[in-house]
Amino acid sequence: MSLFIDVEVDASARSNADLVKKLVEVCPVNIFAASSGKLDIVDAHLDECTLCELCLNAAPPGSVKVKRLYGTKDVLVRQS
Amino acid sequence: MSILITKDTTFIIQGITGREAVNMSRECLDYGSKIVGGVTPGRGGRDVYGIPVYDTVRQITAKTHVDGAVVAVPPAFTRDAVFEALEGGVKLIVIVTERIPRYEVAQMVELAKMRGARIIGPNCLGILSPGEAKMGGLGGRAVDAKKAFSKGYVGVMSRSGGMTTEMCNTLTAAGIGQSTAVSIGGDAIIGSTYADLMPLFEADQETKAIVIYCEPGGRMEAELAKYVVEQKSRLPIIAFMAGRFMDEMPGMRFGHAGTIVEGKADTTAEKIARLEAAGISIAERIEDIPGLVKKRLGMDGK
Amino acid sequence: MRFYEFESKRLFGKYGIPLPKGSKVAATPAEAKVVAAEINGPVVLKSQVLSGGRMKAGGVLFADNPDQAAEAAKKILALEINGHKPRGVLVEARAPIAQEYYVGVTWDGVARMPVMIFSDMGGIDIEEVAEKHPGHISKRHFSTLMPFSDFMAKELVAGVGLSGDHLNRLSRLAASLARIFQAHGLTLAEINPLARLDDGTFFCLDGHVDMEDDARDTQKGILKDLGIDPEEKRQARPPTSFEIKGAQVDAADPRGVAGNVVEFDGDLGLVIGAGGGSLTLFDAIRKHGGKPANYCEIGGNPSVSKTCELTKLILSKPGVKKIAVMMNVVSNTRVDIVARGVIKGVIESGQKPSEKIAIFRIPGSWEQEGFKILEHYGVEYCDRTVSMFEAAGRAVAKMKA
Repeated sequence: MSLFIDVEVDASARSNADLVKKLVEVCPVNIFAASSGKLDIVDAHLDECTLCELCLNAAPPGSVKVKRLYGTKDVLVRQS
Repeated sequence: MSILITKDTTFIIQGITGREAVNMSRECLDYGSKIVGGVTPGRGGRDVYGIPVYDTVRQITAKTHVDGAVVAVPPAFTRDAVFEALEGGVKLIVIVTERIPRYEVAQMVELAKMRGARIIGPNCLGILSPGEAKMGGLGGRAVDAKKAFSKGYVGVMSRSGGMTTEMCNTLTAAGIGQSTAVSIGGDAIIGSTYADLMPLFEADQETKAIVIYCEPGGRMEAELAKYVVEQKSRLPIIAFMAGRFMDEMPGMRFGHAGTIVEGKADTTAEKIARLEAAGISIAERIEDIPGLVKKRLGMDGK
Repeated sequence: MRFYEFESKRLFGKYGIPLPKGSKVAATPAEAKVVAAEINGPVVLKSQVLSGGRMKAGGVLFADNPDQAAEAAKKILALEINGHKPRGVLVEARAPIAQEYYVGVTWDGVARMPVMIFSDMGGIDIEEVAEKHPGHISKRHFSTLMPFSDFMAKELVAGVGLSGDHLNRLSRLAASLARIFQAHGLTLAEINPLARLDDGTFFCLDGHVDMEDDARDTQKGILKDLGIDPEEKRQARPPTSFEIKGAQVDAADPRGVAGNVVEFDGDLGLVIGAGGGSLTLFDAIRKHGGKPANYCEIGGNPSVSKTCELTKLILSKPGVKKIAVMMNVVSNTRVDIVARGVIKGVIESGQKPSEKIAIFRIPGSWEQEGFKILEHYGVEYCDRTVSMFEAAGRAVAKMKA
């Protein structure tokens, strides 16, 4: 279980093979992995998230959300 | 004014496509530095934040005037990169890379001397002239650097990059700005020592005092003390000495590669005695530095 | 990395520097007896330790026959000198000496060049000779770009007024030593004493070699030849198991540094950085009367898991009551990433961050994000307006409360 960061990805984005490949590529701390074209989130790497927002920018607006679990309510999400 | 760099200084970054160098490029650009090119062999034609990348240094020097180079390549390639810059006519080289064998550092320093060039580092964070430019990772992101560094009359030299920022931050908080801060590097053999840089601060009319960070190991502080006495320096110097606990632990290496007590001359006790004998003030704590600067300049109202 | 005497001599021997007859390391009294029998004459037995004061401690003994040699070896092998156990005993022939000299090569950090040093007063501390008998010492710097040339060594030896056959023989040895220094990334190559026998021949009576750690990667061949384990560290004292574990934490993850862990016997664990900041903070803790459980250096923006593992290691050390997390104003290390790492380490150790972390003082890059995390977990923190010294004082005060 991660203590500080959670990442949510829409179901449609999770099964989009091209997008999955892109997410795996951009994340500098390997939070995303692909298994037979579908997206896996690697729990053990979540807390390494650097809040770089590269995953947000790689996916359609709103489809990837980065949540901080330490009392801050604002979720990182690409607006447009 | 400042020493070594101003807002008009043009420089290149060797190894610009490396992870840390990419960050550093962004930081320097945001601070207002003039980066005229980057070099990564085999990556010519790309760009990093709009900075054109070339395969060789000469491809840049053939087109435009280059004052300086930041070398941020892995240790095994550093000597070659520095030689390339020196032979390309670059006169100021900041070596960020750490863990370069001493023999190779000495070779770079020897060639620099022959070419009339200056090396800062290795194992340093570079140079920052507040309000002018920064050359290297010193101070980090431009927004952070602007918090810690401010323009003024104190020249800063430090064997520790992190402590350069800490000291400047303390000065800034007390309303005392800096002319130029130089992270000189933590290795036993470095391109520019305190005594090497003193004449530059001496010649800068705006610099009125010097603040230095010192550590156990080496003869650099003794060399500075000798310089100050022999040259009758006009600049009051305030020194902070870290690593006093190491005096009791000979042969153990702490901190930087150059920090070890091997003989009596390496100890902080011996260094403090030499510095004080040369009229240099010792700050017991970092927060004592601003008060000592004002006192030495007769600005404390006493 | 310091070499044992026998390793230094093996290295010198490869370059044709003459050694005493025999000169073999024995691991047991029986082996020492065999070497002494081969030498077939008076021998000297020397403890192989990386510590000074060997003679005074009884680590050097003489023997006139193989039985005496076995007896002496037994004593030496059982003798610990300044906490170091001997790595065998060196057995060599003893011969009458006419004169002792000194020759060494080291770095001059001010000139930034290698320097050869020679004296016709060997066997004593060279710094003492320099101070009391400046006329008996000579120095010669040499270029790192130009190939080494023998005349440089001749100038060195002539510098103390020597001439004739002695000058030629001694300068050959000095030139060999300079070439060894150049070829093997050394920071010190020293023969002291360099002995002259009555018959006019010279040999290395004792030798010291120090190899730069950063040169070891390029010196694997010679280290293997000399039987030196590439992983062997050789600090001034042998590493403790805590320190070995610290090195493992650092080596396991290339992201950033969480290294140079040194064990002390206090109750306040330290997660501090970077190079200069750690020295400053360690002094500050001691000045306030605090008792550090360890020294360490974090820097270069270590990963959350790396700082987490280091925190767990420090908390697992018996006697550690709290930890203090402090650095100078950081530029590339991120405050929030360090905060995550230490808090995670405390929680995974089954403890509460608000109780175990005495103080968190890391201002700088991403500090706003970091402070949010610390507030969420109720950890006491301070920003850049609180000095490193003051933060250390707060940590120490909490230990006394």
